[in-house]
Amino acid sequence: MADALAPGQASGRDRARTRWTLLLPRVRRHKGLLIGLGIVLFLLLVALFQNTLAPQNPIQINILYALQGPGPAHWMGTDQYGRDVYSRVVHGSRISLSVGAISVGIAATAGTAVGLVAGYYGGPLDNLLMRIIDVLLAFPGILLALGIVSLLGPSLHNLMIAVGTAGIPLYARLVRGCVLVAREQLYVEAARAIGVPVRMILARHILPNVVAPIIVAATLGMGTAILSAASLSFIGLGSQPPTPEWGRMLSEGRDYLRGAWWISTFPGLAIMLTVLGVNLLGDGLRDVLDPRLRI
Amino acid sequence: MIQYLSGRLLATIPVVFGVTLAVFSMLFLIPGDPVKMMLSEFQTTPQQIARMRAQLHLDEPFVAQYGRFVWNALHGNLGTSIRDHRPVAQEILEVFPDTVELAVAALAVAATLGIGLGVLASLRQNTWVDVGSMMVALLGVSMPSFWLALVLVFVFSLRLGLFPASGGGGLSHLVLPAFALGLGAAAIIARLTRSSMLDVLRMEYMNTARAKGLDDRTVVLRHGLHNALIPIVTVFGLQFGNLLAGTVIIETVFGRPGVGQLVVSAILNKDFPLVQGVVLFIAVGYVLVNLLVDVVYAIVDPRVRYG
Repeated sequence: MADALAPGQASGRDRARTRWTLLLPRVRRHKGLLIGLGIVLFLLLVALFQNTLAPQNPIQINILYALQGPGPAHWMGTDQYGRDVYSRVVHGSRISLSVGAISVGIAATAGTAVGLVAGYYGGPLDNLLMRIIDVLLAFPGILLALGIVSLLGPSLHNLMIAVGTAGIPLYARLVRGCVLVAREQLYVEAARAIGVPVRMILARHILPNVVAPIIVAATLGMGTAILSAASLSFIGLGSQPPTPEWGRMLSEGRDYLRGAWWISTFPGLAIMLTVLGVNLLGDGLRDVLDPRLRI
Repeated sequence: MIQYLSGRLLATIPVVFGVTLAVFSMLFLIPGDPVKMMLSEFQTTPQQIARMRAQLHLDEPFVAQYGRFVWNALHGNLGTSIRDHRPVAQEILEVFPDTVELAVAALAVAATLGIGLGVLASLRQNTWVDVGSMMVALLGVSMPSFWLALVLVFVFSLRLGLFPASGGGGLSHLVLPAFALGLGAAAIIARLTRSSMLDVLRMEYMNTARAKGLDDRTVVLRHGLHNALIPIVTVFGLQFGNLLAGTVIIETVFGRPGVGQLVVSAILNKDFPLVQGVVLFIAVGYVLVNLLVDVVYAIVDPRVRYG
């Protein structure tokens, strides 16, 4: 008896298995997705094992070794304070990935909640929430983030809040659109008819239907979030010295461009590789999960 | 058409008021006393703080302050800068032409490169030209504009000495910033042009055009690109708005005068009236550009206004 599964559980597991069986060949065939996945996994491993891969202290100043070119002792050279650029780039991976993930987490969570409520309830509440979203959309993303940072003050923590808030409208609009379709489905009507509470309908019947577009938007949004965060740090409104954040490192190296190109080049390549990986993964997931959206 | 336009215009009004409310509320969202924060770098007496509070009308009720803010904004008065003691609107208008010049130049770069690459990729679908063009587009989307700016400065300014590395002025000062800003948008336009062209190239009227004996150039440009451009027009408008916002970063990198550099220095100087003024100005501009895009779209594609 103990081994027996309830009918609902068994069919749910089977459904998930069937979905994966269908998706896996598509994932395997998609070269871009595999390359993107490879880059993102590589960056995650670098971020996880940063102390093993780069044992030198990324904020340790050593003026005697300032502005040394790439060589055996310092693979990516040293900056104007003698800090090892390779160590700073490796340690920066955790910061950039965290900033991207947390910003997207804030945007996706808040945006999904707004979209679910607005789409499901409709009426005046939907109208009010969507007008607020319209106002947020009236600000170009970077400007909204800039405005929020100006209020809260420049720091890595505030940067994530700013970039996250700027991303909310995208998810709210996306989820609301999906919910408007899902709430009219027969199974949602059936759940309502047998008295399932609204919270349960939203969480168990509607949310699973909007997860795929949210995953695609979140993956693609992560690239944008990393770029926005690096941009704000670059102009001095994000992470503060001596944090090894890639945007900040680029900014610090720009005065030494003529003689020490490596200070700006490697963090720039790191940002590009990260965003490229995330974009390839996002494009691939979109093609696999929702081919209708393919450009 | 008039019905569509008036409906679209009416829908914009509450958004603009929402924008003014959001920008006005910025001052109230500052943790702590906004006046003390603004004057934190100065030696001030309580009398000076009180005078500043009165000057900003912070001792009045919220609704009265907001009403005054909107009324003044409608009359072109965006307040006075704390640092320079000059009208904010005047400071913005002085540098706004420079920002528009940069955004327009960047859009020209984006349109030329984007449409060119997109058409090329669609005509040579699944060849190395297609794959190469789309790889370039993908790199363009992934490259931070400020890093591209530094690479361009390093190569074309410091090494080759072809263009100046910073400052504003003539056409030579515009080339590198326009490329740095426009390349990301070019990548987006290229991907969209390719996909739109591929849809159009499969249409029956393309075969008809060829069957009539028209040469390839006319078929592709007049029958293909002409129709494929309809969805791209919308992206042009949206990209122009984004390019206006993107000038914030590029103007700072190149030390170019402009609205972007003005807002960054205002934030760093905690000059809130100036920050509010610039943010309001750019946001309202962005809303109006989007409105214009919708109008142009309705003119180009009549299905929109009857939809």
